[in-house]
Amino acid sequence: MKKLSARRRHPLAALVVLLLALACTGGLYAAFAPASKAQADETAQSLAIDEGKKLYAVGCASCHGTGGQGTTDGPSLVGVGAAAVDFQVGTGRMPAQQPGAQVPKKKVIYSQAEIDQLAAYIASLGAGPAVPSEEKYGPEGADIAKGGELFRTNCAQCHNFTGKGGALTHGKYAPTLEGVDPKHIYEAMQTGPQNMPSFPDTTLSEQNKKDIIAYLDAVNGDDTVEPGGLSLGGLGPVSEGLFAWVFGLGALIAVAVWVAARTAKAKKS
Amino acid sequence: MSTTANEAPRSRGKAPAGERVADWADGRLGIYSLAKANMRKIFPDHWSFMLGEICLYSFIIIILTGVYLTLFFHPSMNEVTYHGSYVPLQGQLMSEAYASTLDISFDVRGGLLIRQIHHWAALIFLAGMFVHMMRVFFTGAFRKPREINWLFGFLLLVLGMFTGFTGYSLPDDLLSGTGIRFMEGAILSVPIVGTYISFFLFGGEFPGHDFVARFYSIHILLLPGIMLGLVVGHLILVFYHKHTQFAGPGKTNKNVVGMPLLPVYMAKAGGFFFLVFGVIAAVSAIATINPIWAIGPYRPDQVSTGAQPDWYMGFSEGLIRVMPGWEINFWGHTLALGVFIPLLIFPLVLVAIAVYPFIESWVTGDKREHHILDRPRNAPTRTAFGVAWMTVYFVLLIGGGNDLWATHFHLSINAITWFVRIAFFVGPVLAFIATKRICLGLQRRDKEKVLHGRESGIIKRLPHGEFIEVHEPLSQEQLHTLTAHDQYRPAEIGPTVDENGVERKVSRGEKLRAKLSESYYGEESQIPKPTVEEYKEITSGHGHH
Repeated sequence: MKKLSARRRHPLAALVVLLLALACTGGLYAAFAPASKAQADETAQSLAIDEGKKLYAVGCASCHGTGGQGTTDGPSLVGVGAAAVDFQVGTGRMPAQQPGAQVPKKKVIYSQAEIDQLAAYIASLGAGPAVPSEEKYGPEGADIAKGGELFRTNCAQCHNFTGKGGALTHGKYAPTLEGVDPKHIYEAMQTGPQNMPSFPDTTLSEQNKKDIIAYLDAVNGDDTVEPGGLSLGGLGPVSEGLFAWVFGLGALIAVAVWVAARTAKAKKS
Repeated sequence: MSTTANEAPRSRGKAPAGERVADWADGRLGIYSLAKANMRKIFPDHWSFMLGEICLYSFIIIILTGVYLTLFFHPSMNEVTYHGSYVPLQGQLMSEAYASTLDISFDVRGGLLIRQIHHWAALIFLAGMFVHMMRVFFTGAFRKPREINWLFGFLLLVLGMFTGFTGYSLPDDLLSGTGIRFMEGAILSVPIVGTYISFFLFGGEFPGHDFVARFYSIHILLLPGIMLGLVVGHLILVFYHKHTQFAGPGKTNKNVVGMPLLPVYMAKAGGFFFLVFGVIAAVSAIATINPIWAIGPYRPDQVSTGAQPDWYMGFSEGLIRVMPGWEINFWGHTLALGVFIPLLIFPLVLVAIAVYPFIESWVTGDKREHHILDRPRNAPTRTAFGVAWMTVYFVLLIGGGNDLWATHFHLSINAITWFVRIAFFVGPVLAFIATKRICLGLQRRDKEKVLHGRESGIIKRLPHGEFIEVHEPLSQEQLHTLTAHDQYRPAEIGPTVDENGVERKVSRGEKLRAKLSESYYGEESQIPKPTVEEYKEITSGHGHH
């Protein structure tokens, strides 16, 4: 020990320590780094990124910039993650038709494979939320009642009690959630598209998101039962009032006209 | 002996059962003279005279279904955990009121249908009252001697609005809770006493534990009780005044032409009751109303978009929605004008239409009784005022549903709000002017029809080549109907100098009245109806069409 301590001020001591440290790190890396099976994935991944980049250059770059850095016409896509791409392109919102208060959803023009490639490219620009796997938004293990409570607390202000949509300022709106793919609802909560705030897992946990999706499926899905008859859009008292005036009072006035027209005639003698 | 004694009355024949029952009842209630006077009461026939009946019958339907609902509804705000049959709410905490409404909807036999009949009938009742009131207004049926009945009807409308609002609030769902919160906010905006009233009403901080039980008493007892009394009074007055009728041959201010109450009107009215019940039941079976299960239980920390009151309160919602959020802060107090001003305008909108009949009778100075109805065109100023009022009302309804107008017509909600703000002031003025012009145009048309006859659509070519359209003269009945109305002359300020040459003071009220009268009945405001001389001169046949 004495010998070592005597040489610690040797001019080459720092170099030796550096070499030792490098060897140690390298050795640890070799021991813990993922095995070479990642190699195949990586090539597939980089292939997808390459393809995505080409699609991006054609369909997206005019607004979002050639490298996804954003322009005056479109925001930067660095760090938005694959989930945002899957939502925006998967619901047809992107590529946008024209600028406006809000980009509406429309016919999807890319295949899912192409969307995945685009997503891979955007994800490669910076880390962001990934596309959720099916068990995250599937109905198993979801608490519908809890989802309803969460929905009314967090979502109903804009999307209405059962997700029928509502108006926002200056022509913007919260769209209806009827017929929206559960995956897209999950991604929307995660990424907060357009005017929607994002609800990352720290705000709404994965379980919470699952509950909300299950609730929406129960009250606004294809199999939802309407025990009271026609739901009149589920928009509340405005549509009910309109219905009462047009079909309720309208029918009654028609009946009144009919009754009044059939009067007893005085006998003509 | 006994047999002969029994046979003696039989020989004259026993009275029929109906007569004996009537005799029995008359001996105890003295109803003969009442029935004699009223059973042959005449009612005129016109579909618009049945609008009031729609209201009466829907009111009866509301009472009947309401009684059924009280059997199952628990007006309590105790917190319970839901374990009923609606799955998406199981395990949720809610008030007993909400839970019992869910039970009525899902677990009580026929409960949902009865609930929907009750609610649809309420909307139709209010809509019916609105239309009935407009019928009375535009035909001038509110004139002497019916002013008090007009006020009874107006009170029924206002009470109906508040009965509806308290009923809408009872289930304690998220929508109605938001409505109550809205009302609480309006109360709080009242300077000085607002907070006290709010604490008194809710028994402390909103929402507290009391309001459902309190609103329940108001909804099922207090307001309907008053309404029932008013309805009876309204009907007694209709009987007493006799019904109005439209002008026509044989119809005068002193008679009523129509069919007797018994048997014709009894059968018609009875049948109409079932038709009304049938239509409302059909609507209730077809369409959902207030699906409280989808709306969720009320929690003060939650709110949804599209939270509106039922339509009859929609104009108050509109007032609040379009009012700029003005606020005055001084010495640590806040005056929330953005809420308080709408709260003040709300009753004014209603009172404006209620007091109109009195203003009109002051302007005309007419003390005669009127039993013949006006055609709206023949009272242009009144008609224009009514249309202006409806314009304000409808513009405010647009404001109350501005979010749905925005989403359904792809408009900006801000643009709609600004439209409503401007149209609230400009709309009624434009509507007034336009309506008055239309009325005058229709009066001219009537005059033309009387003097020149009806356009027959037959084109005739005269020998010298001229084409003319043949006009057919109207029948005597039609001529009478078109010229039966009175035309007022503008009231002038009497001589300002009396017989001794002393100048008298003309009061400001008198001047105003003369001015208003001029605007009602001056040259610009009515087309003089054709006189007999004019008619004779034109129809005496100088060869022209």
